[in-house]
Amino acid sequence: MTVGVFAGINALVAIGLCILMGYAGQISLGQAGFYGIGAYVSAVLSLHFGLPVVVSLILAMVVAAMVAVILAVPALRLKGHYLAVATLGFGEIIYIILNEWGPGGPSGFGDIPHFSLLGYTITSTTGYFYLIWGLVAVVMIFSLNLIHSRTGRALRAIHDSELASNAMGLDVVELKIKVFILSAVYASLAGGLYAHYITFISPSSFSLFYSILVLMMVIVGGITNLWGAIIGAVVITVLPELLRRFEEFDVLVYGLILTLSLMFFRKGLVPILVEKIKKLRGLAVVKH
Amino acid sequence: MLNIKGIWKSFGGLMALRHISVDVKEGDIKALIGPNGAGKTTLLNIISGIYQPDKGEVFFLGRNISNLPSTKIARKGISRTFQHVELFGNMTVLENIMVGRYVKTKAGFFSSGLKMPYVMKEEKEIQRKSEEILEYINLAQRNDELASNLPIGEQRILEIGRALATEPRLLLLDEPAAGLNIRETRNLGEIIRKIRKELRITIVLVEHDMELVMRISDSITVLNFGEVIAEGTPLEVQKNREVIVAYLGEEEEIQRGYNAHT
Repeated sequence: MTVGVFAGINALVAIGLCILMGYAGQISLGQAGFYGIGAYVSAVLSLHFGLPVVVSLILAMVVAAMVAVILAVPALRLKGHYLAVATLGFGEIIYIILNEWGPGGPSGFGDIPHFSLLGYTITSTTGYFYLIWGLVAVVMIFSLNLIHSRTGRALRAIHDSELASNAMGLDVVELKIKVFILSAVYASLAGGLYAHYITFISPSSFSLFYSILVLMMVIVGGITNLWGAIIGAVVITVLPELLRRFEEFDVLVYGLILTLSLMFFRKGLVPILVEKIKKLRGLAVVKH
Repeated sequence: MLNIKGIWKSFGGLMALRHISVDVKEGDIKALIGPNGAGKTTLLNIISGIYQPDKGEVFFLGRNISNLPSTKIARKGISRTFQHVELFGNMTVLENIMVGRYVKTKAGFFSSGLKMPYVMKEEKEIQRKSEEILEYINLAQRNDELASNLPIGEQRILEIGRALATEPRLLLLDEPAAGLNIRETRNLGEIIRKIRKELRITIVLVEHDMELVMRISDSITVLNFGEVIAEGTPLEVQKNREVIVAYLGEEEEIQRGYNAHT
């Protein structure tokens, strides 16, 4: 069950990164930064300022959105590798700030209040499981609506050709900033939920390693399909648990599986599955 | 409707355009011709805002648009195609046209995510209008295919369709016949004429295919080394001594175009 909760939390971050990278074509290696902002802001506001958790979560998302704007305006002028490095730098800055000035420094802090709404507090893992997967559903519906809309088409258009997007009158810069904010808000929501679930946080959960982990989820699941983000999050979160039996070799097997899956399923699990189904359907039609 | 006044543009040491002035009348098909490197595409890029001129001004419907970015110019009613086709290759033919409807619709980030009723209505309208445009350019049977899978001839037509979806007043076509065979070029010519006649869209055309240019344009401006060397109707331009000299290598082709025209 605990693994299920983490899979849900990771799915939230992965959905945001999938829209940003797979649809809008903008790379980010700094999602851990927004995840960390979400966790720390919501934890501090609820613990030290006594705000209700729902309010602190919303404020955490607002802070992440503001930071995203400040980062996006200069960074989104960059492309490809440069944008990747800029966002990577951002993630590192947040990590260093949390280490140096975060409550508890590198060892973090605890006693973060649990999530509560209308006087009902969630403390059990089962409770969090339903809460978080409920939110995954909401975020997923919002995101699916978005990508199948005028805005979603515009994002994909920017991915394919910025030149033509400009010539078609799309507000390229504005759209890029907005989608960047969206991915930051999703990540900060996930971070906040993480903090209130385990009630103890330290900077090590928000390092570059986490950004790369999310990137891996999106790629393994299939970057061009939003469902891939959820599948990828589940696979990457659950896999280490299943590999426990290999004991000290687990990391080795984990790495091997990832490498092999990237070699043989380069497009990602979900897009490959979709292709297979389409092919089967095509065959069925031919037979008729 | 389009007045280009004394445009200068250089790239480093290369003077691409020297004091270019061109006027395009409403409802005309205006062709820009000239040897390679004459500055035709540069001029098109200045009109559509991809480049800013060093000196000079561009007026569209009486407004100075010289320093506007291409996004804003597109919203003012100038749309274009590209010499090297710039379709949204990973999107379907229909979706490419639907992106063209962007400027005429307004569903935002949040309202799209929440699927507000007006968004749904607008989406249906985008779809209907886009299918209509595909019918108009005879690509309806291709609507579900990826744009990058179309043959080059259909890609060029699709680019025109995408530009039409923005409901422009002025359409800039950059070598629309490049890479097309004779049959496709003839079909293209028909579509361009149809657009001007039925949709009343003014057209500026950069093209090397002289037969096409002579057949469909009302007025031609000839550029050479960044300067206007001749201007007039197809007949006048073909007789112009300076034009013949500039085209020396291609003189024969002009002759052929002339014959086809008469």
